[in-house]
Amino acid sequence: MASRPVTTESAPVRLLLIGGAVAFLALFLLLPLTAVFAEAFRKGWEVFLAALHEDAALSAIKLTLIAAGVSVPLNTLFGVAAAWLVTKFRFRGRSLLISLIDLPFAVSPVIAGLVWVLLFGARGWFPPTAMADAFAPAAHLAASLAEYRGLGWLFTDLAAWLADPKIIFALPGIVIATVFITFPFVARELIPLMETQGSDQEEAAVTLGARGWHIFFRVTLPNIKWGLLYGVLLCNARAMGEFGAVSVVSGHIRGETNTLPLHVEVLYNEYQFSAAFACATLLAFLALVTLGMKSAVECFTGHQSTGHK
Amino acid sequence: MKNILIIPLLATTLCTLSGCGKSVPSTEAKHPISLLNVSYDPTREFYVEVNAAFQSLWKSKTNQSLEIKQSHGGSGKQARSVIDGLQADVVTLALAGDIDSLAKEAKLVPADWQAKLPNNSAPYTSTIVFVVRKGNPKAIKDWADLTHDGIQVITPNPKTSGGARWNYLAAWAWANKEFGGDETKVLDYMTRLFKNVPVLDTGARAATTTFAQRGIGDIFLSWENEAYLIEKEFPGKTEIIYPSISILAEPPVAVVEKNTAKHGTSEVAKAYLEFLYTDEAQELAGKHFYRARNPKIAAKYHDKLPEIPLVTIDNEFGGWAKAQKTHFDDGGTFDKVYGTH
Amino acid sequence: MPKRRVIPGFGLSMGFTLTYLSLIILIPLAALFLKAARLGPAQWWNILTSPRVIAAAELTFGASAAAAIVSTIFGLLVTWVLVRYRFPGKRLLDAMVDLPFALPTAVAGITLTAIYAPNGWIGHSLSQWGIQVAYTPLGVFVALTFIGFPFVVRTLQPVMEDFGSEYEEAAATLGAGRWTIFWRVIFPMFIPALITGFTLAFARAIGEYGSVIFISGNLPMKTEILPLLVVSQLEQFKYEAAAVISSGMLIVSFLLLFLINLLQRQLNWQNR
Repeated sequence: MASRPVTTESAPVRLLLIGGAVAFLALFLLLPLTAVFAEAFRKGWEVFLAALHEDAALSAIKLTLIAAGVSVPLNTLFGVAAAWLVTKFRFRGRSLLISLIDLPFAVSPVIAGLVWVLLFGARGWFPPTAMADAFAPAAHLAASLAEYRGLGWLFTDLAAWLADPKIIFALPGIVIATVFITFPFVARELIPLMETQGSDQEEAAVTLGARGWHIFFRVTLPNIKWGLLYGVLLCNARAMGEFGAVSVVSGHIRGETNTLPLHVEVLYNEYQFSAAFACATLLAFLALVTLGMKSAVECFTGHQSTGHK
Repeated sequence: MKNILIIPLLATTLCTLSGCGKSVPSTEAKHPISLLNVSYDPTREFYVEVNAAFQSLWKSKTNQSLEIKQSHGGSGKQARSVIDGLQADVVTLALAGDIDSLAKEAKLVPADWQAKLPNNSAPYTSTIVFVVRKGNPKAIKDWADLTHDGIQVITPNPKTSGGARWNYLAAWAWANKEFGGDETKVLDYMTRLFKNVPVLDTGARAATTTFAQRGIGDIFLSWENEAYLIEKEFPGKTEIIYPSISILAEPPVAVVEKNTAKHGTSEVAKAYLEFLYTDEAQELAGKHFYRARNPKIAAKYHDKLPEIPLVTIDNEFGGWAKAQKTHFDDGGTFDKVYGTH
Repeated sequence: MPKRRVIPGFGLSMGFTLTYLSLIILIPLAALFLKAARLGPAQWWNILTSPRVIAAAELTFGASAAAAIVSTIFGLLVTWVLVRYRFPGKRLLDAMVDLPFALPTAVAGITLTAIYAPNGWIGHSLSQWGIQVAYTPLGVFVALTFIGFPFVVRTLQPVMEDFGSEYEEAAATLGAGRWTIFWRVIFPMFIPALITGFTLAFARAIGEYGSVIFISGNLPMKTEILPLLVVSQLEQFKYEAAAVISSGMLIVSFLLLFLINLLQRQLNWQNR
């Protein structure tokens, strides 16, 4: 750094800026985090571990992982496609499209849950009874396929689900609510990045005769990998932490449709404060996992961000 | 059409992966069955014990293993979930108005559900009491003291919490008696009372936290059973004061007949709710600070849960439907108290 | 725009984006609007202009804007420090930025209230100065800043990491001072990302429910937010009225997002 004084500030300014940033982070982030951990360990390690070992907690963790495991890949795929679309091409309605992509951020979690109830609730557009009727032929087909060996178990479950198609107050509802909430994360991370980078490199690649996917994997992806990684990690963190929307569609059946954030609420309402915060620390740990993954990718690719080369 | 198909497909794959699709109702006789009890927040600890007792009873009677699943949340929200398709076999909620809505909005229970079981279908009752700081430093004795200057009252929001509606009606009932039914004066009292409310939490348990953990407020209007739970959870910090008059809170129960018919669980659901009236369950109710209906068992807990004059929702307010409309719907007296209408 | 598209993938990305967008966002929101449309314009007007809704809207949008502005200013500072400087504990701070995403909003609300309540760690000292945070609009602002802050940092960070030092070096060679370089060379490059970050923090704050209801106190006309009004309509089984308030919020948010995106396009054209 000392060899390139023109691209950095004088030492006092640096200290001042670092001080300001650290103070802000300490006040707004470190303090709440400390409070969460302090509460979690107030009654000692045993209570902490017991809270995570309970059956209801384990099933909540599993459910949370499934919900995130489906919504993150889906939204990543969408994010890349949407970012490619709005940054590489100019077309009518582009601003409108970007605003629509942002929209789920502005939708209150309460509403994000409510819309699925309006669609799939017992009094909604597609109530389970009507869907069961509509799926009856498919259910029969699945039931007959279940006779076969091999994938028979899959068809047994499929037939069972088609006969009684539960969406809200069951796993599918929790998943789609999570998809809705985390919808824009990857796209929103990539759009400003790809906007700043422009399309010169891709255009050059086209001139040199490269084909579609080749350009994406060889030219674009290496350029956007940081943004993509941030997007995926944020999407994942939000997917696992989502409370409001999932709360509306979950039905709160203990050990069955409670995700980890809902389980935290349950414990808190049972006055099991330490156990509640113990489960919350699991989610807070996500931030640390994020850090670990980022470092791992840095190691793997030998990347050093330009600022502190 | 394609769109409509994708979601179920995706959902099924998920179901298969997680094994959640296996809860199809079965017709086999001794196949294990399951019940879903959709309840409100503070009953969790009570029903955990009730369930264990009923499961062993059912097993010994029919040799069938029974799984009882529980769902807890705000009473109104739980009722809405059931109306929107949550497959509850029985509901055990905070107020009859919420079960009425199951009948009115979706015909999930018969209109005369409250006559199906003894005592208005409320196997245990409770009331609204005052929780104050240890030693009662502000010398709060009765409802009249709540409107004094410098007193802070904690209650949840009647718009979002069932318990808060009981609080509101209890205060109203006292004022109504005090001012001889002069509604202007009653409304004035309520307005002054809510001027002293610094925080309106959305649920009863959130309000408990505000009072007990955050140290906000001088007096907390609470369910009686919650008040004793606070004493247990935060020992030595609070005291319970019984006002001169309060309200008989009847948290009702009902079989969600439309759902049980579908699940083939009508019989066990009915047996489950009837079990709540047995000595064993009534004892458990007393243990968890609910007032047992069985007079013999209630007497055992009298020194803890003393007899005080209680008004009932039916006599004083003409039933829940009317109370909800007059007081809590938009434009009702609660809105007048806050001058929003 | 009319020039021939050299880069491939327009059809595929457009098709996929629109299908997915319709399925996940547009159809569900259409269900909401149709529900709201069951009430006539007069009822819409009555609901949306009732004093309680207006008071809640002022608080919701005002506190969200204030929180987004503060998040943007400190987000720029924090990102700059995280990307440009080395100091002990940097990695940990970097990781912590995601915390508000990962922490369930209810936990965030409970924790912030515990800290800022009059008997809390910070609330206690502040109350001696006569400042009350929890159960006032200031509390709403604190919660919304907490919720929105990561958006600014995480949108700015990849752009800043990508930003080479060539421009700065060139400017320095031409004799520009550090401050001039920052304002004239560096800052303009970050404007699109900053605007995006601001927009996202703002949009997210408008809808936030879980963390706010614990810290706001929920007093009608004073500290009640719009999403809470939606919930209290639902409690009365007034799904239509709830849908009307939700739709109103959505329309306003959407218009704001749209304006900001237009503004950003304008800036991008100027930068070109």
